[in-house]
Amino acid sequence: MQGAIDTLNAAPLWLVVLIKSAVLLLVVVTTFAYAMLFERKVMGWMQLRPGPNRVGPWGLMQPAADAAKLILKEDLTPKTADRLIYRLAPFISLLTAFSVYAIIPFGASASGPWAIGNVNAGILFLLAITSLGVYGISLGGWASGSKYPLLGSVRSTAQMISYELSMSLSFVGVLIIAGTTSLDGIVNAQLHWWFFITQCVGFVIYVITAVAETNRAPFDLVEAETELVAGFHTEYSGLRFGLFFIAEYVNMLTVSCIATLLFLGGWNAPFGMTVVPGIVWFLIKVATFMFFYIWLRSTLPRMRYDRLMAFGWKVLLPVATLNVIATAIYVAFKG
Amino acid sequence: MIAFWILGVILIASAMWTITAKKPVYSVVGLLAHFVALAAMYLTLSGEFLAVMQIIVYSGAILVLFLFVIALLSSGVAPFATGIDRLPKIAAPAIVVALAGLGFAIYAVGRSSVAATSGALTAAAAGPVGTAGVFGSVDDFGKALFTTYLLPFEITALILMVAVIGVVTLAGDSTPYAATEKQARAVRKSMREAIVRGGER
Repeated sequence: MQGAIDTLNAAPLWLVVLIKSAVLLLVVVTTFAYAMLFERKVMGWMQLRPGPNRVGPWGLMQPAADAAKLILKEDLTPKTADRLIYRLAPFISLLTAFSVYAIIPFGASASGPWAIGNVNAGILFLLAITSLGVYGISLGGWASGSKYPLLGSVRSTAQMISYELSMSLSFVGVLIIAGTTSLDGIVNAQLHWWFFITQCVGFVIYVITAVAETNRAPFDLVEAETELVAGFHTEYSGLRFGLFFIAEYVNMLTVSCIATLLFLGGWNAPFGMTVVPGIVWFLIKVATFMFFYIWLRSTLPRMRYDRLMAFGWKVLLPVATLNVIATAIYVAFKG
Repeated sequence: MIAFWILGVILIASAMWTITAKKPVYSVVGLLAHFVALAAMYLTLSGEFLAVMQIIVYSGAILVLFLFVIALLSSGVAPFATGIDRLPKIAAPAIVVALAGLGFAIYAVGRSSVAATSGALTAAAAGPVGTAGVFGSVDDFGKALFTTYLLPFEITALILMVAVIGVVTLAGDSTPYAATEKQARAVRKSMREAIVRGGER
């Protein structure tokens, strides 16, 4: 292992970054495929049915079958669509979803090269990239040139802007306590107390806004089947739909990683169980958060749109602001 | 240096596309590309915090609202309504003014750059981008904002607040005035009925 790290350190920078990116891309795409299967299985069990179990043992080849189906399907473009933007939108979604992984560290920077880039303003960079994700959805919905996608995209724009504000404020509480914007530093500040204990209000706000930001149930008004057919991706088919689909799951994975890094202690072991390596703890925490996500989806009904907006602006935002003020006062008096 | 030229070409091309695009949404996409390239340009100048803020504030918030309004107000699919082509008449004066402005800018930058760079070099310690004490880092940016430039910063905040209050006042509340709670209920009921009737048209 040490030999491999030394070889990696000696190689030119661009080659290291290229290799790391390729490996990470492969890992993330594979995780996406099995996260999808995991969701269908868990939802099946929660609804007392077996879930996918025909393709391969326990349905393990289901993602491959789905991928083959999506690739072979015809790629339709509606006559009224704006061709350029209609084709561009899925790529914007996918690009922003993947580029976040350039700075997410999966282990302490002291213990090896676990991140592609260790950015000092890491958490701000995360916010910046995720805030670009809305363009894929809103441009895609608009460019489809029909009414349901347009409604879906307008909803998503309003929803994501509203909840992003509270999300950023929930980050600020963590930043004040940790005293740094680098993700590595934030995890190191959680050596003893994980921030979901000291920042419990911030954590609850983050979980709610994270679900809303990724447009998942109970905040999935962007693609509310009962009202909008399939929302912003009604007109998309084949591989272009697949790209939106990948982006959604990769975003889920991203917010799970952010929750792990900011609130669940990152790669720090609980109760001093350092026998298990940090990366395993990190993955366990991410998987737990993903499970929680799926649990929410199969439990809660969809919210009504006006209540969603009222909740975001009149409840979440004031609470998040108060949390920031309270944290600031606490840190200022404690020194 | 290679990065500078590539980004420069992208910046100018996207800016041109923004102002010449026939469809409003294309302009938004052009502007988005411009903002992202500008953020990358800030990164090459070690303005890490500025680059990130540029994306969060302009691309993540303001431009999304542009897109929101354009997508809602018009179908956005139709090109701009083209009026009389005024370009031939104003082309010559516009080029003269633009060149004069450019010349003045180059002259001003040339005169001030000697003093500015020598000052900046002594003020900023050399080191990896983004670490504390290095030019452009979050730490230094925050310190400058909340100590040296606190008054301008707060005044800017106040001006923005005035603008927000102004917008709220101008846009106002479109519900008809009702003196009592009973009247207000009647007004709300009639408005609901009007909406329902509109739907049955």
